[in-house]
Amino acid sequence: MQNKKHTSWLKIPAVQTLLASLLCIVAGVLIGYIALLIINPSGATEAILTVLKNFWTYSRPKTQLKYLGSTLVKTAPLLMCALSVLFAYKVGLFNIGAAGQYVAGAGASLYCALALQLPWWVCLLAAIVCGALLGAISGALKAYCNVNEVISCIMLNWISLYTVNTLLSQVKDPTSPYTLNLKRTNAAAALPSLGLEKLFNNNANVTIAIPLAILCAMAIWVLLAKTRLGYELRATGLNRHAAKYCGMRGKFNIILAMAIAGALAGAGAAMLYLTGFEEWSCTQSSVPAMGFNGIAAAFLGGLSPIGTIFASFFIQHITNGGAYVDKTMYCSQISDFISSVIIYLCGFVLFIRRFMNSRIAKANEKRAALEKGGDKQ
Amino acid sequence: MILLIQYMLIFASVLMLVALGGCFSEHSGVINIGLEGIMVFGALGGALMMKWLPVGASALAVISLSILAAVIFGMLYSLLLAVAAINFSADQTLVGTAMNLMGTALATVIVKAMNTAANPDNVSSTIQYINAKKAFLVNIGSFEFNWFMLLALILLIASYVVLNKTRFGLRLQACGEHPQAADSVGINVYKMRYAGVLISGLLGGIGGLVYITAGVSEWKFENGVAGFGFLALAVMIFGQWKPIRIALAALLFGFFRALGNVYTGFDFLQRLNLPSNVYNMLPYIFSLIVLILTSKNSRAPKAEGVPYDKGAR
Repeated sequence: MQNKKHTSWLKIPAVQTLLASLLCIVAGVLIGYIALLIINPSGATEAILTVLKNFWTYSRPKTQLKYLGSTLVKTAPLLMCALSVLFAYKVGLFNIGAAGQYVAGAGASLYCALALQLPWWVCLLAAIVCGALLGAISGALKAYCNVNEVISCIMLNWISLYTVNTLLSQVKDPTSPYTLNLKRTNAAAALPSLGLEKLFNNNANVTIAIPLAILCAMAIWVLLAKTRLGYELRATGLNRHAAKYCGMRGKFNIILAMAIAGALAGAGAAMLYLTGFEEWSCTQSSVPAMGFNGIAAAFLGGLSPIGTIFASFFIQHITNGGAYVDKTMYCSQISDFISSVIIYLCGFVLFIRRFMNSRIAKANEKRAALEKGGDKQ
Repeated sequence: MILLIQYMLIFASVLMLVALGGCFSEHSGVINIGLEGIMVFGALGGALMMKWLPVGASALAVISLSILAAVIFGMLYSLLLAVAAINFSADQTLVGTAMNLMGTALATVIVKAMNTAANPDNVSSTIQYINAKKAFLVNIGSFEFNWFMLLALILLIASYVVLNKTRFGLRLQACGEHPQAADSVGINVYKMRYAGVLISGLLGGIGGLVYITAGVSEWKFENGVAGFGFLALAVMIFGQWKPIRIALAALLFGFFRALGNVYTGFDFLQRLNLPSNVYNMLPYIFSLIVLILTSKNSRAPKAEGVPYDKGAR
């Protein structure tokens, strides 16, 4: 009896997903460790621990708290990008354009803040609208012109990168490639902190962005799992033709899903750039990695909004940790490598789960056969 | 003008090689979004070979050995996709995306590690190959002929023949259209798909090498290949998965890409006074428009992207 309970516990999909994700993390970190060993065996153990420790590298609890705050500041936009990818994926779309929608959001929010001197909530709204528009373009192309959303999103990523670079050159600091400092140029555009910064040893970049992102994750969960719209969107994702046959508006749903995904990624950018944590570099020649890391976080989180919260934190944690490795031997890209290995391994999750299920089924069969044999005696 | 043609031809060669690679992979039934990563790895292999070859090596040796290195690196890297997509029925888009991220990250890690090992102060991710690169070029008047243009032409003809005139090519296409039917007449679908992905690794690897030797003599691997793998995918779709059409599409895309490099040489373009970013955007805007116009009646292989399951009905 005890045994039977044990197997049924392993059969819960959430548990399987969690186990598979943990397996991906362990394997990813292990492969990263091997890479470090190959580069230079003497410091590899220390380096991988540095990556995993991130802010715990500092010995004083107060400093740790401050840098935990910094990690969280960047976790919020990552979580939003991950939600964007996740939401589109539930509707059967691979939103690789989260990166471009993020760029559009950054451009819109910073332009509104620095050039137009608008308050923070208008900037945030502008970012949401721009991201949603960009997403809706990909969605409309998919719905009406049958353009593969992956390809169109990638083209839009580059187009938006160059557009935003040109746009933000107007509010550039004359002496550097970066945009003007947000808090000095327009303090009203900085997201309010509501006293949250005191929790993190007065880390001035901690704002309402962090709780807002978590609220968004909850909202997405409710939307997908508990509302009619969410049901229709998921149905469209599972089988576009069947959904249409049931009277759901297939084309409209695709566009709407991409617009919501775009809005999430756009808002994510505003949640980072309106804290003043970072400035935009107008000479960037590649799309920011945030959107692509969002793919990692979404899949590592088992495509569940709640799991994604933890996965985003983990991905950002090791990305920040990469900055602390000994630069005389290694480079910070080792964390990018580890997270890309983790995404790659996430492709095997389906196989791992199938393997688990077949093992459980086999074990059950064996037990059933044994019990039968016992009855005969 | 000559400069424009020269850049157009070399960029067209890159796009065509990579698009043909994607074409083989998709005809076998595997979507290869990871072409970008494969290009980075091919480029890495070629660049390392060019760096390590002694200064006095003959032109033929430089050309053949660096191509060989690019091919080996590209094919090994494409195995990552083959194993995941064919043996483990992984989501091909996800794995391809991971390969693109991994390509740039891993190449940066490798190059930086080597640079720092050689000189502790050097933390850049750049490989230089000024001398070795000269082997690829022949000056005909003011036109700089690149051996890769010829190679691309040969590989184009070879691809056309292999895909359409040989038993192997027709069987490969069958696996992308209807793998169950192919299997029922005794074709090993798994083997065919491996072949398709490996050929895409071969062509993508060479494409990467050509890309980093086009116009520059050092490469910063942190930058990857700036979306060229994806442009090649657009070329492939525009070319409707057919080699000759792909070649024509590549020429058109190559033209727009070349314009970004040389627009300062044209008076009337300079008088327009557009920011350089506009020229950088051109190939992407153009390919988006092309996709809108051509995707409606897409002739994509029917079974692409669907993992083959022997037991499926």
